[in-house]
Amino acid sequence: MIWLDTLAQGILLGGLYALFAAGLSLVFGIMRLVNLAHGDLIVLGAYVILVMVSVTGLNPFLAATLALPVMFGFGMLLQTHLFNRVLGEDILPPLLVTFGLSVVLQNVLLETFSADSQKLSMGPVEAVGVPLGPVTLGLVPLATLGCAVAVIAALNLLFYRTKLGRAFRATSDDATTVQLMGIYPARIFSVATGIALMVATLAALYLGARANFDPTIGPARLLYAFEAVIIGGLGSLWGTLAGGLVIGVAQATGAAIRPEWQILAGHAAFVAVLLFRPRGLFPRAND
Amino acid sequence: MIDRRTLLKGGAVSAAAATLGLPAYARGGPIRIGYVSPGSGPLSAFSEADDFMVAQFLKAAEAQGLAVEVTVKDSQSNPNRAAEVARELITRDEVNLLLVASTPETTNPVCSIAESEEIPVISSVAPWQPWFIGQQGNPGDPGSWQEFDYAYHFFWGLEDNVGAFLRMWESLETNRKVGALWPNDGDGNAWASDVGLPAAAAAAGFQVTDAGRYQNLSDDFSAQIGAFKREGCEIMTGIPIPPDFTTFWTQARQQGYAPKIVSIAKALLFPESVEALGDLGHNLSCELYWSPAFPYASSLTGESAKELAAAFEDAAGRQWTQPVGFTHALFELAADALKRCDDPTDGDALAETIAATSLDTVVGNVGWGTDNLPDFARKNVAKTPLVGGQWRREDDGRFELVIVENGNAPEIPLGGTLEPIG
Repeated sequence: MIWLDTLAQGILLGGLYALFAAGLSLVFGIMRLVNLAHGDLIVLGAYVILVMVSVTGLNPFLAATLALPVMFGFGMLLQTHLFNRVLGEDILPPLLVTFGLSVVLQNVLLETFSADSQKLSMGPVEAVGVPLGPVTLGLVPLATLGCAVAVIAALNLLFYRTKLGRAFRATSDDATTVQLMGIYPARIFSVATGIALMVATLAALYLGARANFDPTIGPARLLYAFEAVIIGGLGSLWGTLAGGLVIGVAQATGAAIRPEWQILAGHAAFVAVLLFRPRGLFPRAND
Repeated sequence: MIDRRTLLKGGAVSAAAATLGLPAYARGGPIRIGYVSPGSGPLSAFSEADDFMVAQFLKAAEAQGLAVEVTVKDSQSNPNRAAEVARELITRDEVNLLLVASTPETTNPVCSIAESEEIPVISSVAPWQPWFIGQQGNPGDPGSWQEFDYAYHFFWGLEDNVGAFLRMWESLETNRKVGALWPNDGDGNAWASDVGLPAAAAAAGFQVTDAGRYQNLSDDFSAQIGAFKREGCEIMTGIPIPPDFTTFWTQARQQGYAPKIVSIAKALLFPESVEALGDLGHNLSCELYWSPAFPYASSLTGESAKELAAAFEDAAGRQWTQPVGFTHALFELAADALKRCDDPTDGDALAETIAATSLDTVVGNVGWGTDNLPDFARKNVAKTPLVGGQWRREDDGRFELVIVENGNAPEIPLGGTLEPIG
């Protein structure tokens, strides 16, 4: 029974990690940009939802729908005016810019919202557990996993079934040649970052429901997101979901054996996957 | 127009004025106090009362004819930065007395530097064990521990916190099984050690289930929750950081773990942390080292604890917190020492004066060298009372901290009795 519970809780935790990682995976897949500020952008999303909640008095789930367009717009601006200026042959400048952005975001949030830890209060639904046979699962964590699967499925549809997705894939393959076809890569990149920040906002919603957040908490979350992307294989969205689940289950299993091993087990799983499948579980063939 | 030449000339003149003016100023001028606290960063909630208390102190000091200057430095919640600003205060600002508050990460580096530079320092808001033992060269060997000549600390210790929790648990009918959530950090390891909870709890007839040392900022506590559920722990305790407690407690409720008593050290100090929990915060209990209900008054302004808290709430526009009283008491002790000392610019004389303190402050009587501490710590540590509190959710959504246990200091009035979480 313990193992069943551990597995179930690990999968639910993996859903949260997959949500953290989805935005990162999207941005990396399309423009080869390693966004070190992704964790802080998630925290920013959480604060935007918090502001929406306190201004409108809505439930955080509804407030998040208001935060989504705000974050999309912010992502567009960020890409258009900042990241697009440094993207090029050299991968170092964008890396440094996102690192700087991470520091700037943390301090702006600290200045604006102080160091008080905050939480998105969902009301009574927070404490609801769903008994499923021998295990009891939280309703909000179940929703987190459901949302992660839905987000990955939606992104896949977008990628492989729409005109925009075709443009994404084409730009990812060869940003110079697509310009011959009338596609403007900078604009494609801006839309991609906008979408990535919408996904980050959903991650923020469930992060805020699960734990406290404060301006400095972003980087710790970034690490798991990275590992999920790499385990899954760069550029593969379903792989990212699998990567999140691998880390979640590994952490839960480690903790069940000894609580000291919880975080370590996640990192160990990451190293193990890299050792045996250096390109991740589901690498995209053409990379 | 300012060109390079006039700028240099002007600079030379002002530099000369500064060097001429400085010695006279140092000799006859005001006594300089340096205050280090975590003004920004994750620990900044401890320092909310700084500006208010410094202003209040300067006003009171002026009224009492004390010529003082206070320089406040921000540790940015970083031990290295704390050491750096302490050194700056001593060498550049030439302070005569250092004050430092809030968590061993701030107090220890500052006190170590003050001790080596022979500048008296008064420190507070860190349990005395990590303060005293944490500054020793070899914390593992009690034989090697040395007293300090310039560093004086006032607060409570681990034994007071353990005692307050045990007395709270005695007051309700339970199966006496305790689940413990202790992280792998200084506090968690201290609580899990021989001087911490397990031995004392066993002696009082409680059975502790220790779920093991986890790492801070974990996202999942299912393993611990599972262990507590299997053992049927009706009491739950721990010393997690606030985000971890929120994660734990939310998950515990989702997975159907409902203990009768939850006594958490550290994470529930501030009303913001409890408010973040919403309804789930009702009836959680914690250690309480200062509240407006404490029957003490300030030696500096004469205000009672209640009046001080009200004045702070007015000035800062937010609810009182426990460190508020201690920030005030630090300045009370500074004023008292400066008044009693013949030559506060002499570090040795000032340190001796501080050692001889016995002052009724807004956090209770503070005096060093009392017998409620082990021999080795007696010279440098003074204990203040610690009681047990329980957070109650009011109808308007605010949380009030009610005193429910006062075995350590019977003069502090009880506000109610411990209620089970229901």
